[in-house]
Amino acid sequence: MRENVNPIGSAISARSWVREKFFLGLAPTDYIKRLITPFNIIAAVLVIPGLFLIGIRFYQGLGAVTPASQEDPWGLFLNWGLFAGVPLSATGFVLGTAVYIFGLRKYYPVVKNAILMGFLGYLFAVIFLLIDLGRPWRLPFPMFVSFGTASVLFLVAWHVALYLSCQFLEISPSIFEWSGWRTLRKWALAFTVALTIFGVMLSTLHQSALGAMFLLAPGKLHPLWYTPYIPALFFISAIAAGLCMVILANLLTKRFLRDQADARYLTSVDSITIDLGTATSFVLITYFALKVVALAHGDHWDLLTTSLGRWYLLEILGFVLLPCFLFVYGSRKRNVGVVQFTGIFTLLGIILNRFNVSLIALNWNLPNREFVHWKEVVIVIAVVTIEILVYRWIVTRMPILRDHPEYEGEH
Amino acid sequence: MKINRRDFFKKTAAVGGSLVLGCLGGDARKAFAAEKNKVRPDCFAMLTDLTKCVGCRSCERACVRANKMPARKIGYFADLSVYKEKRRPDAQALTVVNSYENRKWANPVYRKIQCNHCIEPACASACLVGALKKTPEGPVIYDEDLCIGCRYCMTACPFYIPAFDYFNATSPAIKKCTMCYPRIVNGMVPACAEACAVQAITFGKRSKLIKLARERIRTQPDRYIDHIYGEHEVGGTDWLYLSGVPFENLGFLMDLETVPYPEFTREFLTAVPFVLVTWPALLGGFSIWAGRGKETEENQTSTKEKEGSKK
Repeated sequence: MRENVNPIGSAISARSWVREKFFLGLAPTDYIKRLITPFNIIAAVLVIPGLFLIGIRFYQGLGAVTPASQEDPWGLFLNWGLFAGVPLSATGFVLGTAVYIFGLRKYYPVVKNAILMGFLGYLFAVIFLLIDLGRPWRLPFPMFVSFGTASVLFLVAWHVALYLSCQFLEISPSIFEWSGWRTLRKWALAFTVALTIFGVMLSTLHQSALGAMFLLAPGKLHPLWYTPYIPALFFISAIAAGLCMVILANLLTKRFLRDQADARYLTSVDSITIDLGTATSFVLITYFALKVVALAHGDHWDLLTTSLGRWYLLEILGFVLLPCFLFVYGSRKRNVGVVQFTGIFTLLGIILNRFNVSLIALNWNLPNREFVHWKEVVIVIAVVTIEILVYRWIVTRMPILRDHPEYEGEH
Repeated sequence: MKINRRDFFKKTAAVGGSLVLGCLGGDARKAFAAEKNKVRPDCFAMLTDLTKCVGCRSCERACVRANKMPARKIGYFADLSVYKEKRRPDAQALTVVNSYENRKWANPVYRKIQCNHCIEPACASACLVGALKKTPEGPVIYDEDLCIGCRYCMTACPFYIPAFDYFNATSPAIKKCTMCYPRIVNGMVPACAEACAVQAITFGKRSKLIKLARERIRTQPDRYIDHIYGEHEVGGTDWLYLSGVPFENLGFLMDLETVPYPEFTREFLTAVPFVLVTWPALLGGFSIWAGRGKETEENQTSTKEKEGSKK
């Protein structure tokens, strides 16, 4: 590829490579000027206070930005970043399975985006962990220093680390297409099926393990949510979350990143969205049935009339059964709008479930509880905004919503 | 229809590769299962007799000194106004005494709180780096050099005991009673038991303490209620309590089962190797099958097309 032997020439070509790849082909000054948009200004306003508070957290300790409760040790960083963030990042494994294992090629146009979202979701789950851990620099300890093999969290740690690497490899062909490294791309593509299988296995285990963590808190988690079925419930709802995140991404990319997508993507997303709606309705009815089995198994019907019982009913009737019917209705009528709305609705339901299990119904019997500190909210908003910016940075450069013209037809 | 040989090898290699990767990744050789119930040697334990405690807080003072916790103001431990509220152990105190009104006697009942040193501790089974450990001697101890600060032990502990140093940015640690493990291994008695002027805290082998407690209940049935707290709760703890008033009046948790906590996750952990082995095989097989199906379809459509063009 490189014909330039003379050093000045190669320096110039390296510079133009950087300009081409990182600055969208613009001169750095032009690029910076182009960055000043209303969207970016809003993003900066959301990010800067959060970064400041993260600084305070590392200077004064976790107690400076959280309720610092000895009874309720986990706060928003884990409720949102880990317990809700990981199921919402099931996109990659769900779509990867459909396309590469079940051979459903129809969903190929959205699979790269799904894997990218999965990868970023896990990456940012780890970032939230780094903010939340007392000694984040010891994050590799469970991998290399000391093994607590009897711990469910040990399994989660290993699997999240492995799956993050796995998803990076899965998305790497797009990175190599962007950077133009053909041989590496070919190598990475050869592992697609193996990586997908590996990813499904890891996802099955750690999605359910996140639920299994709460098996160790029988006296603390409200009996309506505490059930031996919690690992299965977490796994099944993670599939629904993955599907609905793709529905949401289809909606948003078609509206805001239209210029980054190819015609194949744009013409197929709506029909894919409707299919995903149908698929989610099946997942949700399974989930609902298992919820009812768990309720019967726990035999706590009397608790349904308490205030937390009504909250529980709202969760399973309002945010599981109702969206299930709406999906059936929307996909029957082939109404994309209804399916998109229901997708967002379902996502809220799954976030609600994870917040219930890890925050609201956990330690429900303690008096005077402080659920969140406003500083935690500011930090979470900042990190999520950064995640969106990173996603946009990648999608505007790499062939995610489109196929790279040089490699078309090779997939 | 036909898969060529090269293709077949490629796919089989992919499936096999993911299987191997899976086993490595899942660390199947350790199988994740929690250690099986062993018949435990008779451990050291503590017995707190709440009918004897006079609330002098000497145990609190001895604890702070023995564990080299930050010193308190002069007179802090003589100040009885702390009894106005219910306290809990935290990063500054590994044990605290609370006061409870009762109808049986004119004086309040005092309750000392600290780690109960479960025989099968939830915290140790929660810790992903093995920083919390049940020692063969009895105490549940904590290794600060391993702790990553995830605080799962705090969520797991049924007694809400481990406390976290929330306002330490550089070396936040979990704080909890260690039953004075360093003293025990040197043949000494835990500091609180030594400091207690009314012998409300007894240190000894668990079987002996249970016998002693039963004896007290038998000989003074009016003084004690017939319950040794910690004998069976959460599968048994190495800190036992006797009381003259029902334990629920003293803030003890009464809805705990007698199952040791590590049992609650054992079933899940046993299922892990099963998924590690079956999933890759099933999915790999399925992907090859799906691939063949697709090829057949393509072949059929192409033959149909050919036939169509012939006609």
